[in-house]
Amino acid sequence: MEIKVVRKVLDVNDEMAAQNRAIFTKKGVFVLNLMSSPGAGKTTILEKSLLHLMPEIRCAVIVGDICTSNDADRLVRTNVPVVQVNTDEFGGDCHLAAHVIKSAVAGLDLDHLDLLIIENIGNLVCPAEFDIGEDARVVVLSVTEGEDKPLKYPLMFRVCDAALLNKIDLLPYLEVDSKVYQDNILQVHPEIRIFEVSAQTKKGLQPWIKWLQTQINLKQAGKI
Amino acid sequence: MHEMGIAAQILAIAESSVPHDQQGISIERLNLKIGKLSAVVPVSLRFCFEIISKDTALEGADLVIEEIPVLVKCKTCNFQWIVTGPSFDCPQCQHDKVNIIKGRELEVVSIEIAD
Repeated sequence: MEIKVVRKVLDVNDEMAAQNRAIFTKKGVFVLNLMSSPGAGKTTILEKSLLHLMPEIRCAVIVGDICTSNDADRLVRTNVPVVQVNTDEFGGDCHLAAHVIKSAVAGLDLDHLDLLIIENIGNLVCPAEFDIGEDARVVVLSVTEGEDKPLKYPLMFRVCDAALLNKIDLLPYLEVDSKVYQDNILQVHPEIRIFEVSAQTKKGLQPWIKWLQTQINLKQAGKI
Repeated sequence: MHEMGIAAQILAIAESSVPHDQQGISIERLNLKIGKLSAVVPVSLRFCFEIISKDTALEGADLVIEEIPVLVKCKTCNFQWIVTGPSFDCPQCQHDKVNIIKGRELEVVSIEIAD
């Protein structure tokens, strides 16, 4: 006897993500899900971007890592409120799920926030699959990773609204072409916004920060 | 990569779908739909499910996976086609802006118990 079920396996996550989103919208907080492979430069981009954004824009960061509080320790120096999420001591999750964000948010004062950045676990596969209640998804790809990465991990680039092509200060030393990187990203997702940046030298950060400010304004005007 | 977590969710959904008057009966088949654009590998899922379903009503259940191809629709000319590589260019009008119609499914469709 066949019994119809028809349930999405990620229903529990999606429902909780919707709850998170409703809370963030009520509080007027723009939420960014920042993803990349390990070592692409998420934390450095955040360190540099936060210096431009704060204190005019009230920011907070949730940092996910399997082990260590290294990223949180670095971000705290910018005076941003940080919640560190460690998924396990020696293994753990490959992504942050909606329920983890729900718990982490309990440690933040949402009434006095404009921007919440969630630095996801370094991984180009799983975080793309899990809605956590964010308004925008951004992927960081560094020029040392290989031009074909957007083609190898299409879902990540497909689900993101913007891509930061980081470490462009290293281009003179590499046998890669930033145009090929961009073409490959656009092949997978033609409508994505691409920003070429070097978090190290701060080159190219301004257009990215301006985009972020625009998104925050749109959210607070109730337009997203 | 997170197939064990997915397998645990599938197990929970299947267990909660058994009617009250049939509790304890073993489930013979589990029908799933998995989109090609979901980050789930069927062979890994089967392996994880076999482990996680031990000593449950689903031990030994047959996992029937229907893989759903990635179906997209061109935003410019409405042409629909199945994407098999990372390129989303429309074969009809060459524009590249598309909506994904199918391919991200991850669903338990039905369970089958002995008659």
